[in-house]
Amino acid sequence: MGKIDFNKLNKTPKITKVSILDQDGKIIDDDLMPDLSDEELVSLFKKMIWSRVLNDRSTKLNRQGRLGFFAPTLGQEASQVASEFAMDKQDFLLPAYRDVPQLVLHGLPLSKAFLWSRGHIEGNKYAEDLAALPPQIIIGAQYVQAAGVALGLKKKGQANVAYTYTGDGGTSQGDFYEGINFAGAFKAPALFFVQNNHYAISVPREKQTAAQTLAQKAIAAGIPGIQVDGMDALAVYAVTKAARDWVVAGNGPILIETLTYRLGAHTLSGDDPKRYRSQEEWEKWNKKDPLNRMRKYLEDKDLWNEEEEDIWVNEVNAQIDEAINEAEQVERQKVSEYLQHTYVDTPANIQAQIEKFQAKEAE
Amino acid sequence: MAKLTMIKAITAALDEALKSDEKVLIFGEDVGQNGGVFRATEGLQAKYGEERVFDTPLAESGIAGLATGLAFQGFRPVPEIQFFGFLFEAMDEVAGQISRERFRMGGTRKMPITIRAPFGGGVHTPELHSDSLEGLVAQTPGLKVVIPSDPYDAKGLLISAIQSDDPVVFLEHMKLYRTLKQEVPEGSYTVPLDQAAIKREGQDISIITYGYMVQESLKAAQELEKQGINVEVLDLRSVSPLDEAAILKTVEKTGRVVLVQEAQRQAGINAQVAALIAEKAILNLQAPIGRVDAPDTPYPFSEAETLWLPNKKDIVAKVQEIMNF
Repeated sequence: MGKIDFNKLNKTPKITKVSILDQDGKIIDDDLMPDLSDEELVSLFKKMIWSRVLNDRSTKLNRQGRLGFFAPTLGQEASQVASEFAMDKQDFLLPAYRDVPQLVLHGLPLSKAFLWSRGHIEGNKYAEDLAALPPQIIIGAQYVQAAGVALGLKKKGQANVAYTYTGDGGTSQGDFYEGINFAGAFKAPALFFVQNNHYAISVPREKQTAAQTLAQKAIAAGIPGIQVDGMDALAVYAVTKAARDWVVAGNGPILIETLTYRLGAHTLSGDDPKRYRSQEEWEKWNKKDPLNRMRKYLEDKDLWNEEEEDIWVNEVNAQIDEAINEAEQVERQKVSEYLQHTYVDTPANIQAQIEKFQAKEAE
Repeated sequence: MAKLTMIKAITAALDEALKSDEKVLIFGEDVGQNGGVFRATEGLQAKYGEERVFDTPLAESGIAGLATGLAFQGFRPVPEIQFFGFLFEAMDEVAGQISRERFRMGGTRKMPITIRAPFGGGVHTPELHSDSLEGLVAQTPGLKVVIPSDPYDAKGLLISAIQSDDPVVFLEHMKLYRTLKQEVPEGSYTVPLDQAAIKREGQDISIITYGYMVQESLKAAQELEKQGINVEVLDLRSVSPLDEAAILKTVEKTGRVVLVQEAQRQAGINAQVAALIAEKAILNLQAPIGRVDAPDTPYPFSEAETLWLPNKKDIVAKVQEIMNF
């Protein structure tokens, strides 16, 4: 047997990266242009603005103490909104804690999203036909569960996908790998998104793995992996739409890495990004703002203008006002209700505690 | 009626469940064509097809995540963890996810999952096969934890567990799989999930126990009878929730109690039962609560099992001590 030269062994597979719209709002790859009408393009952009306004208002509401837990989405509008835009209402969403925009666009009333942020059980009471779960706090758990939901859809013969999101840090978890590997082994209809926003709190993506891309981790599961410019809404939409079609056709799961950037803090619970990243880096990414380039693109096509944007921003603000007021009017939580929801068939020891708390709550 | 071992009774229960509800799915490592490492699922894939009974990749968290996702799609998953010592790999899905889903979604969803897993000592397994970890899951709100001690209960409890809309951890003691045969009715029947059972009536002292220790306690009771001590043996069957009424009733009746578990003293369920008795029946006690359990070390190397595991002799000695207090 000859000597094995480890220097010559392949460490970095070739991963395709898709871009359509450049930083100036010009189409750089017309062949990949998704099939969207003018109305749909405007609708997509309006949802991105909605997400931006929601981020800004949520930050303020958090500062005022009117919202609780909040993970900023600033900069990730293309990655989040354009991927959701490619989905069907009956597709099943398993979001992580930063993926509230997709959840609301998928059908969760905004007032419930605010109740989730505040820490109220009403925020997680989902209508029966809402194909989604509340935001997942345990990083990676949504991935193994997505494999199960996808297998369920397949067994029912339903032409839908399960889709889930994690961040760059999340790709280091065991559940991340188990999730994509199970879905692959069962050829289940799942779309796995990795929103690579380059930081897991303070830890840069380079410290998560020696792998050159996160998309290539798909190879370990034997499924396709692809990178997309996550600051480019048209590219995210085009890749997601095509991937969804491929998955629904029974070909198994796909891993999509969106290259994006968290322009804000990790959460509003005391994180200060100035401690771990430079102003230069932030400015470099801020120039890639997904809204700016989409706005330029639509303005060049004469589909959007400043006046329309002002009207829309006001409308979104009004929706947010209404939702937060609604959330604040919801009755206080009861421990007796907590106990009632812990089991379907309530055991005697829990029943005794229900009675105890009902008496306390009646005081 | 047929005389069955516990493993055959379990297979019969799974067969009934698959037959009566097409949403029931059985999956895990080697449960399909192989019929399980203990033959618990033998013949089921051949009878119901690969859509209903199937193998998974070797990853416990993935298996439990699969169960969670399938439950959200309306299925009734019955996953298997090959040995309960491997629970740690799936602990988030079991105790961080499945147990909480109904609660966290305000009652709008349910998790009708039954997690089956063998455990228990006395059969010289390698590391982390035999550990008694029921205390970990019994401490988790939202789960029910069931441990049968004989073939009749195993079948009836497993059918109840699978029919239950709550998640149930169903623990099967390996030493009970084939050491005991019992008359088990054919067809479907249920044993309630929240009820203990008196396995031997007595007047002088109560032994409260579960799992393989029920059989060991029954043997101890026979020996104690010869010494003129009449022992009542209460089999908890469900370690979460506890059947408080049955526990208090037997203590009120005999006034003396010995709690017996295979788990280490700091683990298991004995402390919870002791606290309940101290809280609600202290005036009925004529002696302190006695406890029989394993030493507080990790589960022993297999050659030391007989030395380490609690047995009939330990139970007899403890009963005598409490009787003579």
